[in-house]
Amino acid sequence: MKLEDLKKIREKTEKDMLLRAAKTRLRVVVGMGTSGIAAGARETLKAFLDEIEKRDLRDVIVTQAGERGLSSHEPIVTVSEEGKPSVVYGNVTGELARKIVAEHLVNGNPVSASIIEVKE
Amino acid sequence: MSVFRTHVLLPVDEGTAQAGVFEVKRRLEKELQARKLQGEVKVLESGSVGIVGRGVILAVYPDRMVYFNIHEDDIPRIIDEHLLKGRVVAGLEHAPVAAMAAGTAGARVGLTREQRRIVLDKAWTVDPENINEVLATGGYKALERIFTEKSSPEAVIEEIKKSGLRGRGGAGFPTGMKWEFTRKAAGEDKYVICNADEGEPGTFKDRLILEGDPHKLIEAMTIAGYAIGASRGFVYIRGEYQLSIERLGKAIAQANEYGLLGKNILESGFSFELEIKKGAGAYVCGEETALIESLEGKRGNPRVKPPYPVTHGLWQKPTAVNNVETLANVPAIIANGAEWFRRIGTDKCPGTKVFTILGHVEYPGLVETDMGTPLREIIFGYGGGIRGGKKFKAALLGGAAGVFLSEKLLDVRMDFESLKENKAVLGSGAVLVMDEGTSIADMLFSIAKFFAHESCGQCAPCRIGTRQILNIAYRIRQGNGRAGDAETMLRLAETMFKSSLCPLGQSLIMPVRSALENFKEEFALAGGQAVKS
Repeated sequence: MKLEDLKKIREKTEKDMLLRAAKTRLRVVVGMGTSGIAAGARETLKAFLDEIEKRDLRDVIVTQAGERGLSSHEPIVTVSEEGKPSVVYGNVTGELARKIVAEHLVNGNPVSASIIEVKE
Repeated sequence: MSVFRTHVLLPVDEGTAQAGVFEVKRRLEKELQARKLQGEVKVLESGSVGIVGRGVILAVYPDRMVYFNIHEDDIPRIIDEHLLKGRVVAGLEHAPVAAMAAGTAGARVGLTREQRRIVLDKAWTVDPENINEVLATGGYKALERIFTEKSSPEAVIEEIKKSGLRGRGGAGFPTGMKWEFTRKAAGEDKYVICNADEGEPGTFKDRLILEGDPHKLIEAMTIAGYAIGASRGFVYIRGEYQLSIERLGKAIAQANEYGLLGKNILESGFSFELEIKKGAGAYVCGEETALIESLEGKRGNPRVKPPYPVTHGLWQKPTAVNNVETLANVPAIIANGAEWFRRIGTDKCPGTKVFTILGHVEYPGLVETDMGTPLREIIFGYGGGIRGGKKFKAALLGGAAGVFLSEKLLDVRMDFESLKENKAVLGSGAVLVMDEGTSIADMLFSIAKFFAHESCGQCAPCRIGTRQILNIAYRIRQGNGRAGDAETMLRLAETMFKSSLCPLGQSLIMPVRSALENFKEEFALAGGQAVKS
């Protein structure tokens, strides 16, 4: 094996292992409380994972959290970016999830129509 | 390839295997499949965390949460609550990973508090059977650096000398000097041997390095081979260390496949082969010349020194014999430089040391921390103090060939120099803690028994001396000590120290003298009888 090959393997696996790093650029938290799941949060989560995989985004972590007490807005998704206020989205369907990935995660433009809260 | 949103790591070692880690893994995989989560959650095995007696351990990323004492019936709950809903399962013992990984502040007491990990940096956060993960976390960077910068073997030796690295097997001999002697020794064929015959009672640091990061050892031995001019290396490993042997074997095969071992490594023109040799469990084979004899296929009897292995080692060729932990420091030194290494630990003993804490402590297990850390911090900080609210009585440092310390020496710094000033030794880094209910006479008896059993019988002082000391230790323990027994025992041990062939016979003086000096009252004579407390 040559040094260049070694470098390629390193870079590729580093991406796969970002999940275990202490910090990542973007964190998507899907509310997976009882009402979140009832409102379809599982589908939302899968849509995020699928879209992130399609676009090969590796600096994003998708994780889950519990109930926020805003049942009427479920599924609720929070997008946190280092050094920026967190954006909370409501009524996130699978379709909206894909839109959030494309516009917010990739291009850095939050989908303003669906934001229910911005946390400093 | 699918993107996993969660990684579940299961540290595998003998302890967790006994506690049922494989049952937990099977159940986890089954339950994930039943819930169609196998494409989202990745389950993998890692090396040991170094915590003893806490059952099966399970770490969840990216949440960075660790669970202890996991039973397979806890799995559905962990999946439904944590892996699905992201809630930490209440009722299961847990701690954040941050506290247990290097360089982050954590709990104040216990093995989860801050450690500095150099040799064990990947031990339980990386899959040791996956060379790609090892590469992605800095593995083989040092080897790469040597070949891209075209460093000469002499420059590598110089860097190790500058770093001040000393042998972690117990003697503390400067590693760079050992390598230099071997390089300069006459002869074409030279060898590198890794002493992984970890036999000192209470020590399991090398096992955790081998299980958790076998590639680090391969990289280090290749570097050593390059530095001294050897093209073959041997790892002499304890036969009981099944998992270590298995993982190291797999790692060697992977490294060969990737061209990081074998012929023309990374197209540098340098070739190095590595082989595993299993030991058969004799304590004396941890002594380097006995180890070499055993490696040659003979009975493991120590050789008369000098000549030393650096000139007349394996098959009478120049050989560098290094301990696992010593070698495991090498890649980090080459990758980060000697200056970086010197900033850690003490001036005369730079770097970290892996300590195994056991006995009557709250949290038995393993820690890697700076050389020179006070004993008190290791026992009461990492070890969590004495179990069951009892009082501290003694600590046996360095295994059977170690030293009994009393409370007066609790503040001694744990490095080669400070311990030597206090007539103690660092040895293998084992810290056996005893509470107020322990009899030192009992302990001394069991050590004498161990030595008498393990003496190879080749030289008279050790063969006869260990037996005589055992007889005396036995009658003192029975409460039948005679006047002058303590003095006789000491005189025998001193004779053995002066005249035995190898460190086995030479070191029984250490537990004997320290027990008699530091715990006089237990061996004090009353009416011609030694009194047992």
